[in-house]
Amino acid sequence: MVVQHAEHHEEHAHHPQESWFRHYFLSTDHKIICFQYMFTGMAMGLVGAFFAYVFRMQMAFPGVHVPGWGLVTPADYNMLITNHGAIMIFWVAMPVLIAAFGNYLIPLMIGADDMVFPRINRLSYQIFLLSALVLIVSFFVPGGGFAGAWTMYPPLSAKAQYSLTGDGSTVFVFAVALEFVAFLLGGINFVTTAMNSRAPGMKIYDIPIVVWMIVIASLLFMASVGPLIAGAIMLLFDQRLGTAFFDPNRGGDPILWQHLFWFFGHPEVYVVLLPAVGIVAEIITVFSRKKLFAYKTVLSTAIATGVLSFTVWAHHQFVAGIDPRMANIFTVTTLIISIPIAEMMFVYIATLYGGSITLTTPMLWALGFIGSFLIGGVTGIFLGSSGADIYLHDTYFVLAHFHYTFFPIAIIGTYAGLTFWFPKMFGKMMNDTLGKWHFWLTFIPFNCIFIPLFFTGMLGDHRRIFDYSNFSELSTPMLQHLRAFATVSLLVMLTAQTLFVYNFVTSLLWGKKAEKNPWKANTLEWTANSPPPHGNWATLPTVYRGPYEYSVPDRAEDYWPQNAPS
Amino acid sequence: MFGKGIIEYWVPAVSSYAHDIDFIFDTVFWIVIAFWFVVVEALFLWLIVRYRKKDGVKAQYITGEQKHEKRFITWPHYLIMVCDVVIVAIAINVWYKVKQDAPPADETVRIVGQQWAWSFVHPGPDGKLDTADDIRTVDELHLVVNRTYLYKLEARDVLHSLSIPVFRLKQDAIPGRIVTGWFKPIKTGTYDIQCAEICGFGHGLMPARVIIETPEQHTAWLSAHSASAAGE
Repeated sequence: MVVQHAEHHEEHAHHPQESWFRHYFLSTDHKIICFQYMFTGMAMGLVGAFFAYVFRMQMAFPGVHVPGWGLVTPADYNMLITNHGAIMIFWVAMPVLIAAFGNYLIPLMIGADDMVFPRINRLSYQIFLLSALVLIVSFFVPGGGFAGAWTMYPPLSAKAQYSLTGDGSTVFVFAVALEFVAFLLGGINFVTTAMNSRAPGMKIYDIPIVVWMIVIASLLFMASVGPLIAGAIMLLFDQRLGTAFFDPNRGGDPILWQHLFWFFGHPEVYVVLLPAVGIVAEIITVFSRKKLFAYKTVLSTAIATGVLSFTVWAHHQFVAGIDPRMANIFTVTTLIISIPIAEMMFVYIATLYGGSITLTTPMLWALGFIGSFLIGGVTGIFLGSSGADIYLHDTYFVLAHFHYTFFPIAIIGTYAGLTFWFPKMFGKMMNDTLGKWHFWLTFIPFNCIFIPLFFTGMLGDHRRIFDYSNFSELSTPMLQHLRAFATVSLLVMLTAQTLFVYNFVTSLLWGKKAEKNPWKANTLEWTANSPPPHGNWATLPTVYRGPYEYSVPDRAEDYWPQNAPS
Repeated sequence: MFGKGIIEYWVPAVSSYAHDIDFIFDTVFWIVIAFWFVVVEALFLWLIVRYRKKDGVKAQYITGEQKHEKRFITWPHYLIMVCDVVIVAIAINVWYKVKQDAPPADETVRIVGQQWAWSFVHPGPDGKLDTADDIRTVDELHLVVNRTYLYKLEARDVLHSLSIPVFRLKQDAIPGRIVTGWFKPIKTGTYDIQCAEICGFGHGLMPARVIIETPEQHTAWLSAHSASAAGE
C-alpha cells in the first residue's frame, strides 16, 4: 500500500513531459540547482587553476614560454593573479561550498521536500551564472582583464590611467556585485528553509552540524556584504561617473575602501570555512562510528567565531597607514578568535577518541582537512601579532598561510563532501581505490607547494612580483629552487585531478549501484532513495533523535537513524 | 636577546628594532608551532592509528557533554588563553616600539613612491630637509650607520608600500597623506628596498637600494654629490 503510494508520487513528481533543457536548466528542484552551482563552480575552478599554472610557471622559470599561454608579460601576470584570487573565492569556494552543498543538504537533512522559495533559488543560480559570464567577458574587453589584485584597492582600481585596464576594472566590479546579489538570494533561502521546514520532531539540537554551519555562514554573509556592495557601487561611480569617494586629490580616502572591503572580507573567510567544517563533522562521525563530541560546544564555537569575525578586519591593514594605536585593538581581537577555532579543532580530534575508524576516501579527505587546516590556523597567529606582521605583511608567508586555510576549505572540503554524498547524489558508488590515489596525489603535492612558500616569504619574497631577478637579495639560487619546487608540485597536483575526473565519469556511468544508506549513517538524507526524486520523499520523515547517535550501548546496530522510532 | 633569531639565519638584521621583530616571530614559533602544532598534530595522528577499526570492537559512546569529558576541551582552552595573553603582550610591545614610539631623530628623509620608482630626498650638508642643499636620488637611499632617522613617506599616484626586509620594516605609502615613522640602521652595507603593495603593471620593476655608510663615507658622498650638483 505504502509502496504503491510512493510510486504514484514519484511518477507525479517526475513531470514526464519536461524537456531535457527544462529539467536541467530551468528546474526549481534544489538538487538540480546544487548540480548547476557545483558544475559551474568546478568549471570556474578549472579557469582559476589554469591561471595559477601560468603564473607559477613564470615564477619558477622567469621568461619561459608557458605552454598554452606563451610569454607572460607583467600585465598578464597581474591580471592572472587578480583573477585567480577572485575566481577561487567568489566563483569556486562560494558556489560549491555554500550554494551547492547548502542546496543539496539543507532540504534533505532537515526532511523537507524542497527550499521554501524554489523560484528565488533558481533566480539565484541564474544571476550567479550571469556573474560568471560577465567575469569571463572582462578578460576580453579592450585593455584586458582587471589587474589590480582581487582586493581592488583604489586609487589603482579606480582610475584607468593608473591600472591601464579601465574597462576590465569596471566589468570586474560589476561581476563581483552581481555575484553578491546571487548569494544574498541564496542565503535568504537557506536560513528560511532551515528555520521553517524542519521535519516534525527535529528540535534545534537535532539539526545536523553542517546545516547549522551553512545557516550561520549565510547569516554572516548577509550581515557583512552590505558595506562591500555599497563600496563596489562607490567604486563604480569613481570609475565611470567621476565621483571622488576614494580619490585623495579631491577629498576622498583610499583607506575607506580597505575598511569596507575587509569588513566583508574577513567574515567571508568564515563564510566559506564553516560549511567545510560542517561537512567534516558529518564525515568523521560516520567513519569513526562516534557521537560528535560536545555538539553544543561546536555550535557555540561556530557562533562565537561568526560574531568575532566582525571585529578583526583591520588586521589586514596593520601597516596600511591606519592609526597605529588601532592595531593594538585588532591584535587582541584577532588572537581572541584563535580560541573558538582551536576549540572546534579540539572537539573534532576528541571525536576520534574511542572510535572505530575506517579510512574510506571521504574520511581521508576529512582527516586531511583537519591535519592541514591546523597549519593554516597556527600560522595565522604570526600574522595576527601586529609586531611580526610588520615584517610578514604581503609576503609569501601570508600567501602560504591563507592557502593553508582556503585550500583545505575549498578543495579538500569539496572533495570530502562530494565523495561522501556522491552515492546519494548520483545513485552510484565511486571507486574507492582510485579515490585514495587521488587523495594522496592531491594532498602530498599540496603540502609541497605551500610549505616552501612559507620559507620564501620568511626570506622576503613579496607577493605579486612577476620576476624576482630585479631584486638581488631575492634572486638567489636557493629561493629560485624553492619556487621551482612549488611549481613542479603544482603540476603534479593538477595532473592528478584527471584521476578524479576519470573516477567521477566512470563511476557515474558504470559504478556499482548505491543503496539508500551505503555508509550506515544517521541523518535523514540517507533515508531517501539514491538519487532522491523531485520532492525527495513520498512521505516526509519524522525525527526522533539527534543526528550523531552512533554506537549507542545495548543496541545491536552501531547506528540509529534519526527517523527510526525508538 | 637570545642569540640569533630564526629569520636572521637568512635575512640580516640591520635596524635597531629588527631583533625585536625577530623576537616576537620566534616567540610565536616556539609557543604555537613547536608546542601547540606538534602536540595537536601528534595526538591527532596517534588517535587515527590507535582507533582504527578492529573486528568485534565497538566504538565508545561519549557525548562530550559531561563535565569530566569537557575537561579535555576546557583545559586546553584556558592554556590557549594564557598563550594568547603572552603573545599579545609581546606583539603590542614590539608594535609600540616600532610604530608608535619614535625616538628623537637625528635627521629626516623624505621617501616618495610613484609608478614605478622610489625617490628619496636626503638633507644636504646642513642636515635639514627642505633646504636648498637637499639631495634627491632615485632608487638609492643613503643612510649613516647608527643615526636615527625620521622618514616621511608619500605616494604620488596609487598605494605603494615601503619594504626594507633587513630593517624588518614595512609601511604603506598613501597618496594624499604623509605617513611618518623611524628607523636606525646598525650595520653598514647595501640592501634591497621593495614595493610591497601592488601598484600596477610595473610593480615588479620597483627595486631600490638602501646604502648604509659610515659617517666618513657619507660625507664623501655628500660632497661629491654637492660638487657635481654645483658643477651642473
